[in-house]
Amino acid sequence: MTLLTSAVAAIVCTIIWYKNAPKNDMKIGILCWMYWGATIMWFVDAIFEYAELKAEYFSPAPADMLNDFFLGLSVVVFGLIIWLVILLIKDPKGVIKSALSKKAN
Amino acid sequence: MACFLISTAEAVVTTVAAKQIEKNENLREVNVSEVKYSHKTPFSKKLKWLRNMLWGGSALLLFEHVWHGEIVPFFPFLTAASNPADAAEMLHEMATVGVTMALLVTGVWGVIVGITTAMEKKAEKEDAAQIAEHAEN
Repeated sequence: MTLLTSAVAAIVCTIIWYKNAPKNDMKIGILCWMYWGATIMWFVDAIFEYAELKAEYFSPAPADMLNDFFLGLSVVVFGLIIWLVILLIKDPKGVIKSALSKKAN
Repeated sequence: MACFLISTAEAVVTTVAAKQIEKNENLREVNVSEVKYSHKTPFSKKLKWLRNMLWGGSALLLFEHVWHGEIVPFFPFLTAASNPADAAEMLHEMATVGVTMALLVTGVWGVIVGITTAMEKKAEKEDAAQIAEHAEN
């Protein structure tokens, strides 16, 4: 479920990035790479788990699935927070810079 | 248990390498008096794609490990490191799952770089053909 959630997040972000390309004011590319990196890593994790559990891997207990989905959503939110922090620090539109300079004046 | 640490180590190396390569590329640009228009993406930028994938993936996997209680905010930070049996299992997981993760991320990046390089070469060929056509006319 965590793999699926991060894969969906990666696909959605890539679509948003492509729709806005070549403009990259919002630094969506960072979010894409982050979610794709995590998706690949969880994919590897899933392969190793499948090798251990075989067909049982595809029939998880509902409680485990719910917990994994909850984790997946939390991971997506955590990724969004990281992206937001990077966006505010890099400030590609200069919004924070101009707001601060206005205050100084 | 701590499989993401291998990717984190690779992310550190990639970050340093990208910075160094970018510095060299900038130096080269200063030395060239005539800057040519090119479709080529600098290698440092391509390396940053890998860096972002590795750091991003490692950060999200770190969160997952904290969620499962495998990482704690006090020494030894990794719960598996507190006894030798778990530590051995952790090292085995790092050597198998962790290394595979790092290799697959790098492999996917390699494929992306290969495709973009081919696209850049195609665009440059098209440009050259257009320039030749203009010159003929």
